[in-house]
Amino acid sequence: MKALKFGIPLVLFVALAIFFAVGLTRDPREVPSPFIDKPAPAFKLEQLHEASRGFAPDDMKGKVWLLNVWASWCVSCRVEHPLLVQMSRDNVVPIVGLNYKDKREDGVAWLTKFGNPYALSAYDVEGRVGIDYGVYGVPETFVIDKAGVIRYKQIGPITPEALEKTILPLIRKLSA
Amino acid sequence: MIRARSIGALAVAIALAFSGPAFAQAEEVAKPDPVVESRLKALGEELRCLVCQNQTIADSSAPLAVDLRNQIRAQIAQGRSDSQIRDYMVERYGDFVLYRPPFKATTALLWVGPFALVALGVGIFLVTVRRRRAGATENREEVSAKRRDELQKLLADRGGDSA
Repeated sequence: MKALKFGIPLVLFVALAIFFAVGLTRDPREVPSPFIDKPAPAFKLEQLHEASRGFAPDDMKGKVWLLNVWASWCVSCRVEHPLLVQMSRDNVVPIVGLNYKDKREDGVAWLTKFGNPYALSAYDVEGRVGIDYGVYGVPETFVIDKAGVIRYKQIGPITPEALEKTILPLIRKLSA
Repeated sequence: MIRARSIGALAVAIALAFSGPAFAQAEEVAKPDPVVESRLKALGEELRCLVCQNQTIADSSAPLAVDLRNQIRAQIAQGRSDSQIRDYMVERYGDFVLYRPPFKATTALLWVGPFALVALGVGIFLVTVRRRRAGATENREEVSAKRRDELQKLLADRGGDSA
């Protein structure tokens, strides 16, 4: 009886403590994406560097690729940028940029300054494609497989940890 | 003199009163249609702004919320229903965008949890009260029996003293 009296609150307390401890490690800003395992939404946009040329996700069919949403006004894009540059040097997969709600000249200047890891950047000045991809915090990165299906979404800057533990293994698996 | 000054102040007040809304509208629509705006407001209040997560899309001034409001306006103009517009949002941002999430396996705990906890609490309360009441009666009888013995002993002792 006495053991129960102290045991139950103790068990409840420990359970709650574990609950809260797990809760603390989670990011409430991270919204589970409804896009995982769904086909990447189609779009057709001008390219950032050459307005006369277009880009559509269908152009990448048959390849594993990354779609990285970025902007020159986005501070945390600078944090992940060296990782993208390194990835493009290592020729891991083609990286397509989605320049989101930016001025064309600002975007081009930003890439000249920090290096251009992108095979090309699509120019989404109105942010409509961003909405179709559920973008709410730039940078965001989508891993898209050979069939054009979204397999992973990184919200916020790519961290070395996310790259090593999640993105690169996934790319290897999808490319095999 | 006084009159001139007060007219000046009034002019400034009027200018200030009109500048705010005029600016906000310039950012969104030139000629707001009251019917569209009221539907937008009703819809927007049920939708979470993804950038500043404790605000609604109707309230927020974040650029994404402005874009989404314009998107909703365009869809209202296209004659889409409220539920079609909500589906459009859920397709992109998940159930999280709804302030009233639907009842399904993943949200069952969210909806049922508080009621389950209240039921558990009431259950524990009732059991405790019942147990205590039973315990109390038992104790009282025990104590009174003990006391009677003590009293008798005291009386007996006193009797011994006076004798």
